[in-house]
Amino acid sequence: MRQSIHIFKKEFRAYFLSPIAYIVISVFLLITGWFFFTTFFLYNQASLRNFFSLLPIIFSFVVPAVTMRLFSEELNIGSYETLLTMPVTFLDVVLGKYLASVAFITVMLIPTLAYPITVSFLGQLDWGPVTGGYIGAVLLGASFCAIGLFSSSITRNQIIAFIIGMAICFSLVLIDKMLFFLPRISLSFFEYLGADYHFKNISKGIIDSRDILYFLSISFIGLYSTHLVLQEKN
Amino acid sequence: MIRVEGLTKYYNDLCAVDQISFDISKGEIMGLLGPNGAGKTTTLQMLTGFLRPTSGSIRVKDYNIDEHSLQIKKLLGYLPESAPLYHDMLVYDYLDYVANIRGINSSKKISRIRYLADLCGIIEVMHKPIGELSKGFKQRVGLAHAMMNDPEILVFDEPTSGLDPNQIIEIRDIIKQIGKEKTIILSTHILSEAEATCDRIVIINQGKIVADDSTEALKQSVKGKNLINISLENVGFESVKQQLLTIDGIEDIVQVNEDNGILNLKLTCRSSADIRGDIYRNIRQTDWILLEIHQEAQTLEKIFRKLTREN
Repeated sequence: MRQSIHIFKKEFRAYFLSPIAYIVISVFLLITGWFFFTTFFLYNQASLRNFFSLLPIIFSFVVPAVTMRLFSEELNIGSYETLLTMPVTFLDVVLGKYLASVAFITVMLIPTLAYPITVSFLGQLDWGPVTGGYIGAVLLGASFCAIGLFSSSITRNQIIAFIIGMAICFSLVLIDKMLFFLPRISLSFFEYLGADYHFKNISKGIIDSRDILYFLSISFIGLYSTHLVLQEKN
Repeated sequence: MIRVEGLTKYYNDLCAVDQISFDISKGEIMGLLGPNGAGKTTTLQMLTGFLRPTSGSIRVKDYNIDEHSLQIKKLLGYLPESAPLYHDMLVYDYLDYVANIRGINSSKKISRIRYLADLCGIIEVMHKPIGELSKGFKQRVGLAHAMMNDPEILVFDEPTSGLDPNQIIEIRDIIKQIGKEKTIILSTHILSEAEATCDRIVIINQGKIVADDSTEALKQSVKGKNLINISLENVGFESVKQQLLTIDGIEDIVQVNEDNGILNLKLTCRSSADIRGDIYRNIRQTDWILLEIHQEAQTLEKIFRKLTREN
């Protein structure tokens, strides 16, 4: 367990050693800021609903960009070999890297706290949905990180890792928008699969154990698959 | 110290390592030789626990790699081929990270890093990103990485490949220095390197061991015709040829060159017996001046070519 903390620290610092972190954070803030405030005044409502409704789509691009290097880079330059011949287990490696990416996503969300603060000056802001929204955002980010980590572990090419990760995250977000095309019996099943559906519930301020369980299971599946991939490589 | 039995690795249908067995005792420097693609790296990767063998067993001390790979990794230091390290990190940060993972407590950490930086000659690059270092320095950082926890066994995969002659000598000196107290396994395809640094040589070809012996014994094992070089002054080639051919055992005499009255000759012997004494006694009766007499040693190169070019 101590090993995974060291790996976590190293990976988290590595984000800020290269320009990736700054680029990703700037792009994220630019996109969310633009989409949020261009429509904000039209609605004439002091709420962050617009911001949170965009988040799943934006995350499905941004999170894979954050996680794509975690394994692909190591596999590509070969440092994976130096890492695994040190006394670490697969679990240490997976957890360390996963926690680093989740921590990065959390850090990335911190500047967006400026939105609720700004809005609270403009009108009566209900902090319940905002708190729920941020908890949901971290959960959503965490489950996308697990998916991104998995896609990074299967290839040594970062671009492929990004595209695979994005495709999976994107499908999870869009699946409940496609219900129209699906047979009636399977509706509730596919609705339950949709990340957007669960995120919407939480961002309304309703923290339901089913939604939390959904995000936790997505994370678990992602991490477990990554673990399997690493074992298979060995 | 290390016992390998029936080690086999398949990559899908390709057999990279085929039923390899050997023992390594404490304090030995073992060279793993072979042409490219012989299975050297695969063997080392299995030894270090990076790859799982298809079959066969590896025991290090009392640990079996299947059950105790973590304990084995603690005993081993490994430098992979071409020292793959994180390019963005500073050398110091990297060594600090390795020390943390290796579980070196923080009070000893700084002195350990300082000691290794000194040993490997990387003090002046400690605050540079690894990606900006030359290949020689990267290799030394890799060495420092491998020796971080003062392991009993060190495994080096082609530690001098791609380095310039000065760097090769420096790295070799470091290896020799640490080899005094550690067990070292190193793979290489540079024969002079194995000859200069290793006590024992294992040659593998196409995944199989074709030779396993001490460096000296290996040289003895392949005996052919001896070659003797001599340099003479104060005499012409024809008369030398006439006289020396009377010695029993000399098959042929060839003139290599003549330089300022010094005659350099190459003598081919019929057998591997040492006949330098006979030659000397013969020359002593004349008024020739013997400047040099030297028997060419059987080089590992010949043995290597003989063993690895079959089939």
